Amino acid sequence: METKKNAIKSPLGKRLGNLLVHVFLAALAVVWIFPVVWIILISFRAEKGSYITTFIPKHFTFDNYIRLFTDRNILNFPQMVWNTFIIAVFTCIISTFFVLSVSYCTSRLRFKLRKPFMNMAMILGLFPGIMSMVAVYFILKALGLSEGAMIRVALVIVYSACSGMGFQIAKGFFDTIPKGIDEAAMVDGATQWDVFTKITIPLSKPIIVYTILTSFIGPWVDFIFAKVICRANAKYYTVAIGLWNMLDKEYINSWYTCFAAGAVIISIPIATLFLVMQKFYVDGMTGAVKG
Amino acid sequence: MKSKNTLSNALRNGDYKTKLSMIIMGFGCMARKQIVKGIGILLIEIGFIYFLASSGIHNLMMLPSLGWRKQEEVWNEAKGIYEYTKGDMSILILLYGVATILLIVAFILFWMLQLKHAYKLQLLEEEGKNIPTLKQDFKSLLDKNLHVTLMSLPMLGILIFNIVPLLFMISMAFTNYSKENDHLILFDWVGLKNFARVLSLNGNIGRQFWHVAGWTIIWAILATFLNYFLGMILALIINRKGTHFKAFWRFCFVISIAVPQFVSLLIMRTLLQPQGAVNAILKTSGLINSPLPFMTDAMWARVTIIIINLWIGIPYTMLQVTGILQNIPSDLYEAAKIDGAGPVVIFFKITLPYMLFVTTPYLITTFTGNINNFNVIYLLTGGGPTYVGDTAGQSDLLITWLYKLTVDNKYYNIGAVIGILSFILLSIVSLVTYRNSQSYKNEEAFK
Repeated sequence: METKKNAIKSPLGKRLGNLLVHVFLAALAVVWIFPVVWIILISFRAEKGSYITTFIPKHFTFDNYIRLFTDRNILNFPQMVWNTFIIAVFTCIISTFFVLSVSYCTSRLRFKLRKPFMNMAMILGLFPGIMSMVAVYFILKALGLSEGAMIRVALVIVYSACSGMGFQIAKGFFDTIPKGIDEAAMVDGATQWDVFTKITIPLSKPIIVYTILTSFIGPWVDFIFAKVICRANAKYYTVAIGLWNMLDKEYINSWYTCFAAGAVIISIPIATLFLVMQKFYVDGMTGAVKG
Repeated sequence: MKSKNTLSNALRNGDYKTKLSMIIMGFGCMARKQIVKGIGILLIEIGFIYFLASSGIHNLMMLPSLGWRKQEEVWNEAKGIYEYTKGDMSILILLYGVATILLIVAFILFWMLQLKHAYKLQLLEEEGKNIPTLKQDFKSLLDKNLHVTLMSLPMLGILIFNIVPLLFMISMAFTNYSKENDHLILFDWVGLKNFARVLSLNGNIGRQFWHVAGWTIIWAILATFLNYFLGMILALIINRKGTHFKAFWRFCFVISIAVPQFVSLLIMRTLLQPQGAVNAILKTSGLINSPLPFMTDAMWARVTIIIINLWIGIPYTMLQVTGILQNIPSDLYEAAKIDGAGPVVIFFKITLPYMLFVTTPYLITTFTGNINNFNVIYLLTGGGPTYVGDTAGQSDLLITWLYKLTVDNKYYNIGAVIGILSFILLSIVSLVTYRNSQSYKNEEAFK
């Protein structure tokens, strides 16, 4: 801070201050980027095992990626990708519908249970999700959804059933669309349904894209619910459990580099989607979306 | 204006058609030309009575005892083998009991609703207005009553997969459902005993609880405020006039949170193992002789977790804060500069108060998020390294301890108590901070 203060006074000090700031930022950036670069390097490393003494691998290879998709005996990665994809698609459809419906109702319609519902969602949100996890498992079991192919259905339900509670961001967006447009349409005889489908939705593309992407990403990055619900049914594992298992004591020596390859493959699309969504995310959180 | 159509009015002023709806549900509709609707309501009543008779009453009767029949071996003479008689499963009895109670509550609400509806039809008739036909009713579902159409399914999802599990779990807190003394199949109500055990200062569970709760609060405070201030300082540094390549710097930090959290945390964990890469590189470069105990010493582990959490949290804060920082009215800064204030004074007198004012709700969500921050702890240390009791580790938060208690160790009752206590803690913290925050007390301060 002291250098900055001087920086205002003399041009030389100012340049020195700027230089210091840039060096400082560069150092921080290295710290932040390091693990990302590290895992990419590991994914191309030819030497097996997790005990490493050099930063740059001695030999580079594509084998880790190839093995990930061809060695299907122990940890069937392609199957896991497929499982997660199916679950993500259905979760995405249901969640998007739920979130948009609830957000539109709480933003635009005035009904008696509106405030009670919003308060309830806030209170329920304070209960730790892990707490009800065991109970959710018992309920799924009682419904006959805990064995065999039904595990996929169970996971879709777990990821999407309560998505209606995450309405705040989309509601904040809907709130910013001028009400005058709705009223004008209603004067012309449009029903609420017409307003929702023909006016609000076409005007809300960004937030719809945001909702679709977040709900699609959910199943790829959750690992704890998937673990509790799949238990030992390796056939239905999702990618996250698979990656976790690759670091198990049993597998880590032969699978560590494949873990890195898997992590890179999963992270590239998710990171891209995240960067795309960043703007909506920030705007939604600060509540500053302009219609 | 108070609506005439209330339940008490319906009970007082209803004619025989309305009053008969109290017993024969839907009668008011059927008698007033809403035949299909009336039959539908009546069918729901019949279905509910059938449910009560076939299993509902049984479910409720079993609830006080939670079952007592043990699974037994019985010799079957005819087949010449031992057969197992089906014993009671307390957990299912509890689940069905909770579900039955909820169904009864729902049915009572439905009964009130249909009675009010019958009275409304009566009023419409008395005023000589048209009684809506089925077609009109359906149409209103897309217009005036669109919320019914859109909200039903999401609400049902929340009810079955959030509210029922919560009530179910809360009720477990009052039982002895745990592996202690073999109460996994048959268990009983024990009242508040579990709460007393958890809150007591001595005793195995109580000691672990206070230890874990203390660390949870320290962790949440450190994680929230360190991330907040350091993130804000980072954002200020990037935003200041002299800094070049602003977008590039932001990108560098954002890329680390774009990677899925469980991936980056697992990478960190392997990097920091005693045999991991960081130790290996430090060793070969001759800086240390024995590996640094990042995850294996209690104190080291706690500090490591907080630092790694900074790595995750600072970019988030930076993202959120950047937009708000640019909204600070520039005349405030100019006035301060004319008065000769330095950057430090400006930060503490203008930037910080403004930010605190705008971001209090965000701070509350981060704080509650940190109390429930399962991923960071579970993926990095798993609550380790050493144990404080038989289940909790030195770096366990309430939430990870709860996970271990229920999923790994089958102390369901204690787990439920922990869940309830952390809910109480969270609601107190969020209510108190929100009520005392400037943005609640004085909404207009900065406008």
